[in-house]
Amino acid sequence: MTVQRQFGDVLLEAKNISLSFGGVRALSDISFDIREKEIRAIIGPNGAGKSSMLNVINGFYHPQQGEIWFNGKKRNAMKPHQIATQGIARTFQNIALFKGMSTLDNLMTGRLTRMKTNMFWQALWRGPAEREEIEHREKVEQIIDFLKIQSIRKTPVGQLPYGLQKRVELGRALAAESRLLLLDEPMAGMNLEEKEDMCRFILDVNDEFGTTIALIEHDMGVVMDISDRVVVLDYGRKLADGSPQAVRGDQNVIDAYLGVSHVE
Amino acid sequence: MNDTFPKLLIANARRYTDRPAIREKDMGIWQSWTWQQMRDEIFALANGLVALGFRRGDKLAIVGANRPRLYWGIAAAQCLGGIPVPIYADSGQAEMEYVLNHAETGFVLAEDQEQVDKAMESRSNCPALEHIIFDDKRGLRDYARMELHDFDAVQSAGRQYAEQNPDFLNRRIAAGTGDDPGIILYTSGTTGQPKGVVLTHNNVLVTAINSVRLDNLTADEEMLSYLPMAWVGDHIFSYGQAYVAGFCINCPESEATVANDLREVGPTYYFAPPRVFENILTSVMLRMEDAGSLKQKMFHSAMTVARKTGVALLNGESVSMLDRLRYWLGDLFVYGPLKNIMGFSRVRLAYTAGEAIGPEIFDFFRALGINIKQLYGQTEAAVFITTQPDGEVYADTAGKPSPEVEVKITDHGEVIYRSPGVFHSYYRNPQATREVKDEHGWVRTGDAGFFNDKGHLKIIDRAKDVGKLSNGSLFAPKYIENKLKFFPQVKEAVAFGAGREFVTALINIDLEAVGNWAERNNIPYASYQELAAHGQVYDMVMKNIIQVNQDLSADRRLCDSQVRRFLILHKELDADDGELTRTQKVRRRIIAEKYARLINALYADKASCYIDTEVTFEDGRKGSIAADIEIRDVEIFVPVPKAG
Repeated sequence: MTVQRQFGDVLLEAKNISLSFGGVRALSDISFDIREKEIRAIIGPNGAGKSSMLNVINGFYHPQQGEIWFNGKKRNAMKPHQIATQGIARTFQNIALFKGMSTLDNLMTGRLTRMKTNMFWQALWRGPAEREEIEHREKVEQIIDFLKIQSIRKTPVGQLPYGLQKRVELGRALAAESRLLLLDEPMAGMNLEEKEDMCRFILDVNDEFGTTIALIEHDMGVVMDISDRVVVLDYGRKLADGSPQAVRGDQNVIDAYLGVSHVE
Repeated sequence: MNDTFPKLLIANARRYTDRPAIREKDMGIWQSWTWQQMRDEIFALANGLVALGFRRGDKLAIVGANRPRLYWGIAAAQCLGGIPVPIYADSGQAEMEYVLNHAETGFVLAEDQEQVDKAMESRSNCPALEHIIFDDKRGLRDYARMELHDFDAVQSAGRQYAEQNPDFLNRRIAAGTGDDPGIILYTSGTTGQPKGVVLTHNNVLVTAINSVRLDNLTADEEMLSYLPMAWVGDHIFSYGQAYVAGFCINCPESEATVANDLREVGPTYYFAPPRVFENILTSVMLRMEDAGSLKQKMFHSAMTVARKTGVALLNGESVSMLDRLRYWLGDLFVYGPLKNIMGFSRVRLAYTAGEAIGPEIFDFFRALGINIKQLYGQTEAAVFITTQPDGEVYADTAGKPSPEVEVKITDHGEVIYRSPGVFHSYYRNPQATREVKDEHGWVRTGDAGFFNDKGHLKIIDRAKDVGKLSNGSLFAPKYIENKLKFFPQVKEAVAFGAGREFVTALINIDLEAVGNWAERNNIPYASYQELAAHGQVYDMVMKNIIQVNQDLSADRRLCDSQVRRFLILHKELDADDGELTRTQKVRRRIIAEKYARLINALYADKASCYIDTEVTFEDGRKGSIAADIEIRDVEIFVPVPKAG
């Protein structure tokens, strides 16, 4: 039952991005865009600059050259708290949860940037702060239900198996209710069943909440199945950009992934 | 007299108005509906069904986990003179299609996308199927189809319909009688295709009334409804008895949270198959091994006291003051907290049935002061055939005939019964009905058993499985298997021997128990298969079998049934592979066919056997597991006639 997928305007645009660390050029002259409501994949071999690209989109790195346009506005270098509140949420390649805290508390941290009561009310607790927490808790419970993690609601995340931790991390990113969700290798290290579950969740997030998703992934099968458009990077350069089918058939991509025969 | 459940619902809504009828954990909080609210919800749904064209005699298939809305579906269909047909939520698409087709189902009430998908797939082969109603709309956004309806939408259409036709539903309910079919329950069946057992309102109602009276159940009971709705037990406990006694049932948040929900709800009335009690005991024992030495000492000494005193106290026998004091102390420091952890603090009455329960497991719970009893029943009997009355509880019997139930043993040793709960018929299968039910209403259970001196029924095995060894002595496979399964390491056992010289067994190890043991003893393993083939695991299982043999050698009738050779299977027996029924019972014939190669090797003089088995994964794909399986010989004991 395939339904024609509809996308909105450009949500984020990267224009001629170049990023280097000292003498190492991580990204050179990369341009692409992410449209609203689409699932956009960034793929490439190890060291291609995928995570750097994600960090640039996120605002964590500021590129030496090029511009990021988000939400129709050009973005300048930002402070950490600005990064957190701009409307882009992310997960990390190596899970970055608060291991000693429960699933529920971890998800609640995803709501922190949205809590408005000041320190005075927080300290007093009764009244506005309590009301606010109940509202946020409700949202978090929806996410718990959505990700089917009711059974680990009160479990410290450090005790959870890897696949579930990844799910909790996705939950925390969802809790921020961002417009753009960045997923850094959401399926790395998972078994087939966990991967299928995660795929389902990503598609459902996109479908239910209309969240735009940009993801980095190694598993080509997964990428080709769930993404709408794919950018291929190699050694910091852009190799290809287009639909999964187009990218799959691109000779440059095949060469980069499978290598080129040097024996004539 | 309220002779149907809808009439009882109306009466309960008046009588128990604001008392909770059903609860569900939603958004992390227990939400409850009172009897009055529940009646309104059910009526809205029933009217909604009428608006969709549901007629008298139509069937409503109900498939999903235990959810209030699905329970309402049962009552709503009954209000309209329709017949609810609950289906096991974990059945595959083909199994679901068989039931939908056989029951000529026009309407499906599905819990979520998973169930909707299966129903949609079945549609092309089920001409009668017209409407699918779903509870949880997640993932169903793109299914813009005419025949799919949101539960809320059906209810609001129903409320509109009720405004225009205010009397309709009441008239429909009044027209119902106790002899109307109330439900069709498909039995999983250890052989062949499932059969649809038609139970009338009276069948369920009278049985529920009798059992409520026997055990003094009141409107104050709390029950956790976590067993499949398609299983007759859940229908009697969570629906029949709940309506009759007016108590509240609680639906767990998800399958994975049952243990936690049990603790939060603190039921007073509880049912679980032996397997569940076994799992609880295993996990308690495993956790105790991780506890500090002081706690371990406290636990073990308190349990010694409990085993001596607890059971006697529950049975109402006389106990010395000193023992009472010891037990009280044990309760304060050990049993109380332990029961609290298990969620059994408030349990007044617990039942177990379906399989034999290990005497050690049974006594463990009774020693803690939990009044767990056994009953013996069948779908065809609306559960109750025999029950253990208070004060007469034994680990090895199924109890005395339940109220208004007559039980006899035929000349062939088969148990037969007659009761008000005896089913109406098998749906669209008069031949099968005639085979088990005679013109006087006596029903064959298919189980072999006998009454012991105390007048308690003892079940040995399925009558058709009881066979003879080639030397003519009795062979009851289940009896041996149950003895083996009482060891925590053994999850499942299948014994063979009918028509053979001696008995052999296929063993399934329990991954949790054996895995834990392996971890403690630094035995590395990567998979179930590897663990199952480990030499030390074989040694351990062999010790268990030797003990069983020793037990058997003491029994005059069964001493020839000692297990001579065994092997440990390389894969877990699984319902997805057709090896177990959905209620986790062994399908002997299918296993015998599938593993014929192994069984032949058991009877040949081989030390190992190669096998390649096809397995079905949860998503329906197939793969295969191949292994070279070791076969071992076991020591046999010379029968020692018991003194006296």
